Amino acid sequence: MSAGAPHEDDEAGAARRRAQEERLRRVWDNPKGWRYWTAVNNTEVGLWYTAMAFAFMLFAGVLALMMRVQLAVPDNDFLSADLFNQAFTLHGTVMMFLFAVPVFEAVAITILPQMLGARDLPFPRLSAFGFWCFVIGGVFVCGSIFFGAAPDTGWFMYPPLSTDHEYAGIGADIWLLGLSFIEVASIAAAVELIVGVLKCRPPGMRINLTPLYGWYVLVVAGMILFAFPPLIAGDILFELERMFDWPFFDPARGGDPILWQHLFWIFGHPEVYIIFLPAIALLAMIVPTFAQRPIIGYSWIVLAAVGTGFLSFGLWVHHMFTTGLPSISLGFFSAASEAVAIPTGVQIFVFLATLLAGRVVSSVPMLFAGGALAIFVIGGLTGVMVALAPFDWQAHDTYFVVAHLHYTLIGGMLFPTFAGLYYFYPMIGGRMLSERLGRIGFWLMFVGFNVAFFPMHLSGLRGMPRRVFTYPEELGLTVLNMVSTVGAFVFAAGVLVIVWAVVRPKGGEPYARRNPWNAGTLEWLIEMPGENWGVRSVPIIESRYPLWEQENLMRDVDAGLYYLPDAEEGRRETLVTSVLDGKPIQCLRVPGPAYVTIVAAAALGSVFIFMTYKWWLAALAGGIVATAAILYWLWTGTAEIPEKPEKDIGRGVSLPLYVSGPRSVGWWAMFITMVGDGTALASLLFGYFFYWTVHPDFTDAAAGPGTAWPSAAVALTAAAWAAMLAARALNRRGRAGTMRLALLAAMALAVLGAAAGLAGPWTHGMQPTTHTYPAIVWTLVIWIAVHGAVGVVMQAYCVARSLAGRLTREHDIDLENVVLYWHFMLVSAVLTFATVGFFPLAT
Amino acid sequence: MRARASAAFGLAVPAIATAACSGPQSALDPHGVEAQAVATLFWWMTLAGALIWCAVIGALVYAGRRRRRVFSARAAGRIVLWAGAVTPSVLLLILLGYGLALMPDLRPASALTANDRLHVEVVGEQFWWRVIYHRPDGPPVVSANEVRLPVGTRVAFSLKSADVIHAFWIPQLGGKMDMIPGRTNRFSLQATRAGTFRGPCTEFCGPSHALMAFAAVAMDEEAFAGWLEREAGPAVRTEGPGLDAFLANGCGACHTIRGTPADGTIGPDLTHLGARKTLAAGALPNTEAAIARFVAAPEAVKPGARMPAFGMLPEREIAAIAAYLAGLE
Repeated sequence: MSAGAPHEDDEAGAARRRAQEERLRRVWDNPKGWRYWTAVNNTEVGLWYTAMAFAFMLFAGVLALMMRVQLAVPDNDFLSADLFNQAFTLHGTVMMFLFAVPVFEAVAITILPQMLGARDLPFPRLSAFGFWCFVIGGVFVCGSIFFGAAPDTGWFMYPPLSTDHEYAGIGADIWLLGLSFIEVASIAAAVELIVGVLKCRPPGMRINLTPLYGWYVLVVAGMILFAFPPLIAGDILFELERMFDWPFFDPARGGDPILWQHLFWIFGHPEVYIIFLPAIALLAMIVPTFAQRPIIGYSWIVLAAVGTGFLSFGLWVHHMFTTGLPSISLGFFSAASEAVAIPTGVQIFVFLATLLAGRVVSSVPMLFAGGALAIFVIGGLTGVMVALAPFDWQAHDTYFVVAHLHYTLIGGMLFPTFAGLYYFYPMIGGRMLSERLGRIGFWLMFVGFNVAFFPMHLSGLRGMPRRVFTYPEELGLTVLNMVSTVGAFVFAAGVLVIVWAVVRPKGGEPYARRNPWNAGTLEWLIEMPGENWGVRSVPIIESRYPLWEQENLMRDVDAGLYYLPDAEEGRRETLVTSVLDGKPIQCLRVPGPAYVTIVAAAALGSVFIFMTYKWWLAALAGGIVATAAILYWLWTGTAEIPEKPEKDIGRGVSLPLYVSGPRSVGWWAMFITMVGDGTALASLLFGYFFYWTVHPDFTDAAAGPGTAWPSAAVALTAAAWAAMLAARALNRRGRAGTMRLALLAAMALAVLGAAAGLAGPWTHGMQPTTHTYPAIVWTLVIWIAVHGAVGVVMQAYCVARSLAGRLTREHDIDLENVVLYWHFMLVSAVLTFATVGFFPLAT
Repeated sequence: MRARASAAFGLAVPAIATAACSGPQSALDPHGVEAQAVATLFWWMTLAGALIWCAVIGALVYAGRRRRRVFSARAAGRIVLWAGAVTPSVLLLILLGYGLALMPDLRPASALTANDRLHVEVVGEQFWWRVIYHRPDGPPVVSANEVRLPVGTRVAFSLKSADVIHAFWIPQLGGKMDMIPGRTNRFSLQATRAGTFRGPCTEFCGPSHALMAFAAVAMDEEAFAGWLEREAGPAVRTEGPGLDAFLANGCGACHTIRGTPADGTIGPDLTHLGARKTLAAGALPNTEAAIARFVAAPEAVKPGARMPAFGMLPEREIAAIAAYLAGLE
């Protein structure tokens, strides 16, 4: 396992390799001093992201301990009801939105490129932008509790409690806007990760050779794309009600609080699997390593992961079994909720089978993996129980569910994440974490967890409801609660031991040996300590466990015998391959350190924060700065025209430096983003039809937007879309002048289309505060108008790029991507206007 | 000797289990048809779950042993198929079939449409319960913070909310149901044994969510009929200094005491307050001192309560009001 035994013995060869390494090192080096924070490299951003997510976890953990102290004895007054309500709301919110989901993104950003033999993810600045959004939004949400202004209506924010201004003050706005902002960051990360797995695999790694972690990332990022937009749509409706009194959830004016529950849980249940699957993905990497054999049933586990992802979107109603839904719904969602246990069981048995078919090496990661299984199986079994509606009627909103969800999330997420932390730490830190501290920490956590949470099953069934700041002694729950509190502190002590193992100074300790666990996957090519460039050269992959199955791989990679061993032009480069068979198609130049991502994140954050305080002008200014920053970022950092069309990447292969359309990563990112965007629109349309189903006359006999204006809006938007197609066709023929005219025409048509859309409800005098019907119609047409406006900015950007000579006949990434945007725009407009204009006629 | 030991064991285990599972709010101490069925279901699922857990963890521990048979990939694949996919599918199908079959029996739809039986309307309000008994014969009876029902009869409930979402739950009788503004949820419960239970609000509803509960009393048919008759009548005392103070201070604007000029409907009906098991929706014992304490400073007992504080009144006056209300049996 010696590093890089050279093939060429001559001095010149060695000197050449050293020069290559020097160039690579310089290109991938981090900025120094305070400019370090402008780094965008996945190793840096991933590290900050992970550290920040864990910091939020510790914060939320302290809140949990405070709640446990309050509940240790009956009728306690350690926390006031008010503070307790803020504490449990923030505990859930932070653990879900600021720890569990971000830590998946953080870990994926850190290890995925290395696992795929990529130098970086395709959009490093997008990762950095996402990270800064996460920090700003997270600190804003958490900080509120120090001013007594934290959200206090539960992490599920049910209206009408949360729309009641008297009770739910600014905290509710902080929740809605702060988290919407973070959701934007999550979606950005999802786009990045999907493109990363699909397009940045090493040559030869066909999709069925992808490491299991990559598959899980694909599934989870895809789920984020479909699960978060409904919540964002819900947040929009919610904020419109809170700020402008549009009555979406107010039954007195046609609203229904249940709509929020649907939108929230359509997000909320997939969310559980968004949290759980990445952790299982870590186990899917760890288990084969410590069984010292390939996974048993690769296709089983991939199918199971995909199946879990699909099923998880059909379960949300099991959070609403007590809302009085008809029996047929209860039966259907009970069945779906039971069914999801099957793919989950398959994944667990794949691990067990792999261990049984191998020889298990004892280690701290394996210990955490075993503990995870022992805990998670209990959570899964209680999940099967609560999936049955009749049992849920008793268990719902009691401590039984508190126990159940902590068994699933701590067994299914926290323990595997800690296993992953111990396992992957050498990749990041170059050293091993202490075995002794790991074992002590594990046992404290394992025992503490069970002592804390097992009794809650019983306290729940004996009548302890959730979210109570106190309970009377007569319930006989005193002993159970005291035991839980003691366990919680033991558990916390275990977490602290692990934290100490990670953060304690390790300067004097030796570096780990390379591939310290003797693993089979590519990320362990990394040197100890790791270089910023990741892999010395990008290898050709022929198997699922290349380090086990491809002889001399490490030696040849180190010797620079594969692709991209050099950075001749002083640029950061990585390979782009085809989606299915991993054929190299482009040498992608990725951008380096930048301030603009921080500026853009801060400006965008300020928009959300100022809106919370209703400082409209400040928010508008922030919005202008954010738009300018993003445009500057796109202008300077994307679709750059290279100095030569192709580049020799080694081994006699020459690849283009510029590709556009479906071959480019930018096109995929646009496509994926618009799928998420379309899901948000679909959620708003769901709202429209929901009102139709719950009311005999959902228009409340009020005038609609008519059919004339919506028809005009569709026609104009279609014309704008056609003008975009014309612009692309003209550009392909090299007619730049006419192309610009076509773009200008498209802009004019788009503006008219948006105006026509707004004219419908306007000319019919629809008042959004009077009833949900005008409110939802306005929301839909404004949604389309805003998208039209964004489309116009994109068109103007293309005109400017063309005038600046950055958009030409051969170099048309921008135009291709904007055309793609307009495809989605057209579909959105047709769906929306057909709904608001013509659906009322059909009823 | 051994027989005696096992007999003792046989007695001790249920005794311990009963002690560990009993309580005024325990779903594992059933007094109703639904609660009984679900408790039985729970114990069977727990038993099966424990066995499954032992099997899985047993396999895990076995896999961690140094000296053992190493399974072939083929054998391991069969484990995934049979233990991971087929067995769980069969077990879940059985469980699901049983669970779904249970539903129509537990909450028969017929109970909701029949007009010839008692129907109790409960309205959740921050942070108390308005309870209205609709009788097949006679006008509705308004009460608060206590639900009584006859043993052996299926009683229909219609559940509403006046402000935010609450949830209605009597664990010893059956499962819960949400009370949602703008909607009316209906279900039914049937008590099998007489007893006094506690029902908490189980949907987070604001600062005093933890202090929103009610007493539920299952009574024999005859006793219930008598009680409902008394509950329908006016207050037992319709004059005195306590009532005068009550009316002079405007309490009647929010509270009703039937038979007196107090006819407010914003707060709980107090006509038979003295006869109730608890005060302030389960927050306090129903004593004269507690009434005085609540009247003087409701916010101190129930944060966020809508009732204004009357602490500025002379102590004498508060005491008179408390004495009067406590006497309203």
